[in-house]
Amino acid sequence: MDFIITILEQGLIYAILALGVYITYKILDFPDLTVDGSFPLGAAVTAALITRGMNPYLTLPVSFLAGVLAGICTGLIHVKCKVRDLLSGIIMMTALWTVNLYIAGTANVPLFSRDSIFKNDFLIGIVPESMKSYVTLIVVLILAVVCKIILDLYMNTKSGYLLRAVGDNETVVTALAKDQGNVKILGLAIANGLVSLAGCVFAQEERVFEISMGTGAIVIGLASVIIGTSIFKKISFVKTTTAVIIGSIIYKACVAVAIRNFEPQAMKLITAVLFLIILVISMERKTKVK
Amino acid sequence: MLELKGIHKYYNPGTVNEMCLFDDFGLQIGKGEFVSVVGSNGSGKTSMLNLICGSISPEKGSILMDGKDITKEKEHKRNLRIGRVYQNPAMGTCPSMTILENMALADNKGKMYGLLRGTNKNRISYYREQLSRLNLGLEDKMSVKVGVLSGGQRQAMALLMSTMTPIDYLILDEHTAALDPKTADLIMELTDQIIKEKNLTTIMVTHNLRYAVEYGNRLLMMHQGKIVLDKKKDEKEATSIDDILTMFNEISIECGN
Repeated sequence: MDFIITILEQGLIYAILALGVYITYKILDFPDLTVDGSFPLGAAVTAALITRGMNPYLTLPVSFLAGVLAGICTGLIHVKCKVRDLLSGIIMMTALWTVNLYIAGTANVPLFSRDSIFKNDFLIGIVPESMKSYVTLIVVLILAVVCKIILDLYMNTKSGYLLRAVGDNETVVTALAKDQGNVKILGLAIANGLVSLAGCVFAQEERVFEISMGTGAIVIGLASVIIGTSIFKKISFVKTTTAVIIGSIIYKACVAVAIRNFEPQAMKLITAVLFLIILVISMERKTKVK
Repeated sequence: MLELKGIHKYYNPGTVNEMCLFDDFGLQIGKGEFVSVVGSNGSGKTSMLNLICGSISPEKGSILMDGKDITKEKEHKRNLRIGRVYQNPAMGTCPSMTILENMALADNKGKMYGLLRGTNKNRISYYREQLSRLNLGLEDKMSVKVGVLSGGQRQAMALLMSTMTPIDYLILDEHTAALDPKTADLIMELTDQIIKEKNLTTIMVTHNLRYAVEYGNRLLMMHQGKIVLDKKKDEKEATSIDDILTMFNEISIECGN
C-alpha cells in the first residue's frame, strides 16, 4: 500500500512538471532543456524561504514566478539573440546551476524540522488521525488538478489560442499582426513556472533541497508526456492535460517497479533505458507543417 | 497607395554567389487597384511581395504605404493592414486547431489576445454564414481540425481568415497554384468577390495567364527584377492571353532559352 501511495505522490508531483513540458514540447514544439535548471530553481527558492520562516504556502506562487523569470530568459536568448532552441535551454540550464547555489546558499539544505505544505499546524488541526498517511497524497492531488484545470481554462482563452497557433504555424501568428517571438516567450514562461512549482512541491515532500535534483528532470517530463499522449491518442474525450498527468503516474510506477530489482546507483540508467523503450514503442512521427 | 522607390536587393551579398535581383526598382500601386503580376521563375515576383510585407528588407530604397515610410517597420506590424494568402494552403491555417478556433483566431486580429474566452459564442453564426459562402460544406464541420481538410478547403479558409478583419491591402502569392483547376476557379472567383466587396488594393502573383487577363484592372509582367510590361484599365482590357504569351516567348529567346 505504501508503495502505491509513494508512486501516486511522486507521479502527481512530476505531473505538474510534465504539464510544463507538455506546453513546450507538444504545443510550442520547443525542446526546452531549461527544465533541468528550473525544477531545482523552485526547490532552491522554497528552501531559502522556508529556512527564513516564510509560510510554506506562499512558496508556491514565489517559486512559480521564479520559474517564469527563468522561462523568459530562455525565451529572450532564443528570440532576441537568435540562439537555437536546444542551445538556449542548455545555456539557461547551466547558468541556473550557479543561480540555484546562490539562492539556496549550499548544495544541500535539509528541511526536516520545518513546516511544509504537507505538515503544518493548520493541517494537523483539521485532518483526522485516520487520514494522516494520505495527507501528502491529497495535497499533491489537489495541486496537480488545480494546475491542470487552470491550464485547460487558459488554453481556451484568446491568449491560449495564440500560444497553440504559434507552435502549429508561426506564419499565422505573424499574419494576425502579433510578434510570434513574444508568444513563444510567454509559452516558455508559463511552462517553466509550472516546472519550478513542481520543484517547490518536490522539495517539501522530500524535505530537502539538493543541487543535483534537477538532473534528468526533462527526461521524466518528456517520458510522461509521451506515455500519456500516446496511450490516450485514440480516446478523444480524455483531455491531453489529463493524459499527461496519468502518463506521469504510469512512468513513476514503471521506474519504481524497475528500481526494486536493481541497486539505487542504477536509477539514472533505468530512467534512460525506460525512456528509450517508451520512445520506441510509441514512435510518434511528428508531422510538422512548413 | 503603395510605393516602392529605388529598391536595391541583393542575395548572398559579399559572397561569390552574390546576385543582384533589384537594381533601382520602382513601382506605384494606386488605391483600389487589382494588379495581376506574371513573369518567369526568378523574375522577382515573390521577392517583391516579400519586400512589401516585410519578410525581407531591401539593401537600399524605401517602401511607402499611403505616404508613410514603412521600410523599417516589422512584418507583424505591417500585417495589421495587409492580408496575405500563400501558394501553400498549409501556410494560412493552424492544422491542429478546429475550423471554429481558426475563425475565432482570425476574427480577433488587431485586438488584444488576452484572457477572454477564445471563441465568442455570439460570433459563431457569423462564421457559419461566411463559411457557407464557400459552398464546401465547411459550415457543418466547425469542430473538425483544419489539418484533415483538403488543400482547396484549407486555401478557401486561409482566404476567408486573411480578409475577415478590415484590411487595406491583399497580397496573393500564387494562391491558386497548388489547387486542381476546378477548385482554383472557385477560389479565384471567391477572391474576386471579396476584393470587390471590401474594395481591397490587391497584388496577385500568378502563373495562370487566364486569371491574369480575366481578373484585375492592371497587368504587370516582370523579368529579371524589372517591369517589362505595365498595362492599365483599357489597355489591359485589350490584352489577350496570346499577347502575353508572345511577350513571354520573346523574353525567353533573349535569354537564349
